[in-house]
Amino acid sequence: MAIAKIMTYLVEKGDKMKNDDKLILGRKEFNSRFILGSGKYSLSLIESAIKDAGAEIITLAVRRANTKEHENILDYIPENVTLLPNTSGARNADEAVRIAKLARELGCGNFVKVEIMRDSKYLLPDNNETVKATEILAKEGFVVLPYMYPDLYAARALVDAGASAVMPLASPIGSNKGLATKEFIQILIDEIDLPVIVDAGIGRPSQACEAMEMGAAAIMANTALATAGNLPLMASAFKSAIIAGRNAFLAKPGRVLSRGASASDPLTGFLHN
Amino acid sequence: MENSFFIDSDKLSPAALEKKHRLENDPSSRTNHMEYMEGMEIIHSDICEKVMSQVAGYDYSKYTAHDVIAALEHENCSIEDFKALLSPAAEPFLERIAQRAKAETGKHFGNTVYLFTPLYIANYCENYCVYCGFNCYNDIRRMKLSIEQIDREMKIIADSGMEEILILTGESRSKSGIEYIGEACKLARKYFRMVGLEIYPVNTDEYRYLHECGADYVTVFQETYDTEKYEKLHLMGHKRVWPYRFDAQERALMGGMRGAGFSALLGLADFRKDALASALHVYYLQRKYPHAEMSLSCPRLRPIINNDKINPLDVHETQLCQVLCAYRIFMPFVGITVSSRESESFRNGIVKIAATKISAGVSTGIGDHESKYSGKKSDSTEGDEQFEISDDRSLDKMYNDMSAEGLQPVLNDYIYV
Repeated sequence: MAIAKIMTYLVEKGDKMKNDDKLILGRKEFNSRFILGSGKYSLSLIESAIKDAGAEIITLAVRRANTKEHENILDYIPENVTLLPNTSGARNADEAVRIAKLARELGCGNFVKVEIMRDSKYLLPDNNETVKATEILAKEGFVVLPYMYPDLYAARALVDAGASAVMPLASPIGSNKGLATKEFIQILIDEIDLPVIVDAGIGRPSQACEAMEMGAAAIMANTALATAGNLPLMASAFKSAIIAGRNAFLAKPGRVLSRGASASDPLTGFLHN
Repeated sequence: MENSFFIDSDKLSPAALEKKHRLENDPSSRTNHMEYMEGMEIIHSDICEKVMSQVAGYDYSKYTAHDVIAALEHENCSIEDFKALLSPAAEPFLERIAQRAKAETGKHFGNTVYLFTPLYIANYCENYCVYCGFNCYNDIRRMKLSIEQIDREMKIIADSGMEEILILTGESRSKSGIEYIGEACKLARKYFRMVGLEIYPVNTDEYRYLHECGADYVTVFQETYDTEKYEKLHLMGHKRVWPYRFDAQERALMGGMRGAGFSALLGLADFRKDALASALHVYYLQRKYPHAEMSLSCPRLRPIINNDKINPLDVHETQLCQVLCAYRIFMPFVGITVSSRESESFRNGIVKIAATKISAGVSTGIGDHESKYSGKKSDSTEGDEQFEISDDRSLDKMYNDMSAEGLQPVLNDYIYV
């Protein structure tokens, strides 16, 4: 009986933990921890991708929304989804600020993902310019989510600059190489009080799951879905993987050998002799 | 069969005809094509040496199937791998090469394809480039659009839904000056989101001026990187100066342009060496200007008015496909444009593998968009075209065709900042 009680208690506690577990960005609560990209696949698939991914946030390039007629990407995004416009195309802080303001004018809300790249080959973010842009935009009332290279000093500067989260890259955009920067992302998770959203390079659901187990607050993916044979199915796979990883994080993993084996005899046993 | 480029017009005066023949037959009558003309800026760049030393040492006959397989197995394509992929030894592996190219394109561009249209605003030219329909000895209807006519043409194009425009001129500074082109750019900013230029090479300060007028991308075709062959094909005019043309994209980037486009005209010289040179031109400039957005295109020779014998010689669609796939594997991040010189079926196929941008609603003539777009006979004069196009699909047709191919057409992905 006692065991059954414990089990019931654990199940109920687990359910409560899952129900209470929200991603909070700029005072807004989200149940989903999967942020969807939109730039690399057909507009007609956006709606089903959002549904199958269970996503509540979708990114879009302001430059893609900066269109006149034909098909505007904005028309394909359901209204209950939070837009996260990005500043891709910006090469410095000043350009990022201008693009963010344009996003607001276009009716994309006050969330902005700061992306500043001065390298067209690898599309790696410039952390220095990103800190500058974050400071300006946060002061202007934007909820700023900066895309960054996972560097602890830069992350701390972003906290001071008023960021609402940090978005370190797992590996170069589009590479699908997974958690190449794993150790450094773990440092950010351990040391930074803001949500750490792993962005760029996540190629497989298992990698997304691993990042979530590590304590990442959310995952952002685009190419992994766009290049999948079946986009909606892959969106659904990511959704499950992210939930699994988050639940594992909340459940607190037990003894995991890869994190270092424990000695079978206590090292501090001598203290009791 | 070698191309027969020389055509005499019966409208040329005896003196003009005599000069033309002298240029064609007597190399000593031609200026030094490696020497800058007055007013041409010298930027002392190191890029040309880097590119041309690689090209000089490229013996594509030495590459084997083993080298090609190794290139395909490497995660990152080195210059040596790229040379193997361009070699004749790679031809039997074209399907595998295409599969790899497709995967690289997908990683960087997903399934998007960008659409744009060119607008020729003048066809006056001061050069004698023997294969070009605009060459100064060719008897064609010449025309330069007035600012009002440009406005009208742009409106017609913009009304079709197009958001990116490439403004072109013949190469005549005296007829199509920088300020004239600048005014066209300012107008284009009114109608389009993105403005590119394909004009005669200019100095850095002039590129800066054109950038301030609204242009952000500059494309210059080197035609051929083989300087000896270049000398025999570009017999007169500013374009004769090979090194000034080579450095044009770098001057454009120095002048503040966001991006630059590169190309050789395949069929003029050894296409494998020209393809290698074009790609390395991009590769080394990207290392020097890492923020710049680079693009490559791969035009082949086409027939022109008064000379239907011009053709791309040994560069068949198979070779063109090989070159484009090799470009994509070597530089997954660059834009690749495929011209309306190519057939509808080739373009439909290559956008699913390696190309990321195609033109639609194309006219290479002057002032004829109204008649072409509406089918109405124009009551005003039109200027003749630079070359014959092969794929004449309108924007709407192209948009629908690309969607039917499973691709997402994109009309704009750019902000002028």
